[in-house]
Amino acid sequence: MKTVKVYGPGCKRCEATATMVKDAAAKLGVEIEIEKVTDPRSIAMAGVLSTPGVAIDGRLVHTGGMPDAAKLEGWLAA
Amino acid sequence: MSADIATPLRPPRPDWHWHLGVAAFLLVWWLVYGQLIPVSEWIASLFPVERHSHTGEAVAFFFYDVPKVMMLLTLIVFAMGVVRSFFSPEKTRALLSGKSEGVGNVLSASLGIVTPFCSCSAVPLFIGFVSAGVPLGVTFSFLIAAPMVNEVALVLLFGLVGWQVAATYLVFGLAIAILAGFVIGKLRLEGWLQDWVRDIHSGADAPVAVEDERLTMADRYKLGIEAVREIFGKVWMWIILGIGVGALIHGYVPEDLMARIMGADAWWSVPAAVLMGIPMYTNAAGVIPIIEALLGKGAALGTVLAFMMSVIALSLPEMIILKQVLTLRLIAVFVGVVASGILAVGFLFNQIF
Repeated sequence: MKTVKVYGPGCKRCEATATMVKDAAAKLGVEIEIEKVTDPRSIAMAGVLSTPGVAIDGRLVHTGGMPDAAKLEGWLAA
Repeated sequence: MSADIATPLRPPRPDWHWHLGVAAFLLVWWLVYGQLIPVSEWIASLFPVERHSHTGEAVAFFFYDVPKVMMLLTLIVFAMGVVRSFFSPEKTRALLSGKSEGVGNVLSASLGIVTPFCSCSAVPLFIGFVSAGVPLGVTFSFLIAAPMVNEVALVLLFGLVGWQVAATYLVFGLAIAILAGFVIGKLRLEGWLQDWVRDIHSGADAPVAVEDERLTMADRYKLGIEAVREIFGKVWMWIILGIGVGALIHGYVPEDLMARIMGADAWWSVPAAVLMGIPMYTNAAGVIPIIEALLGKGAALGTVLAFMMSVIALSLPEMIILKQVLTLRLIAVFVGVVASGILAVGFLFNQIF
């Protein structure tokens, strides 16, 4: 079970990123729990300067746009 | 939005394929661009209207400007997408933290042009900068320059009005961002941040940045293509609409009407333009074709530039977003300082040109 946090104020790209994470996890058969972090303070405290950002099990793996699908699978599989 | 499903089974194309592809694209672009005038004249001749009538002028204007602007945008947005892939807000913050005011403001405004930035992340970015020890004024220089001096505005000014005006806009847009940030820094307004932002400022350590993702040149080209797709998705309608309105003004509005309303003689035209620009929230793409047409009808350059800067740099929605981190007083100072800068540019240009 992996905990994935998607950081973003709720813009279109943040939603799309959350969907990408779900799809990738389903494809890999990895069980995940997604949390969307929308509070600007929490986003900033996590070290995300440009949204959307993605953290897996507390490790920030990506910021500043939608992640590359292949890379995302790599992070989830690791 | 559907994401491309990457196929990890197939090995990625080598970089040189991409270099060749980009070179071929540039060649085709250049060949097509050279043919735009004859093609637009040919299209205009298909319409059952007299070429030199009002309608004929408007039609020719429309069919020349739309493809020209679209082509210029494709090229420049792609190039900027590639350039931006070398920058990130994290790197910019590292460069800016602890910089003194003055040098910091200049660096910050310049980095504002090339750092990827979306106004939806203005708040996390603001907090991230300030909490890492980037001075408030330097942070403002970034936040003013990033939206105001952008490639879409510059391309449109270049393509529709001329390179002199584009260069002028670049230089004075940067100057306003630098000076406004400098002034705000000198006013020592850190106490006017919302309380919780101040707490982060004094307490928290700068958070750890993401590990650098290694990008190949092919990845960077892909980011360029992605940027083109995104910008076009956002602005194509505005461009067609804007050029359409521009074409109407071009064909139908009498020559001296604009000179009377927006000419250099009417001193109040500059403040009026700035005030009108604040509640208007459109991107550069929608406003510039109209500006071109206004200029053509005798509106003064300073007034028109002031209007455009105000529309882009002082937007109501952005202030509402910033309200989360800034007190109203600080927002008022921000608007006041930037508006003064824009006024100065407007008056200056009406005097010079």
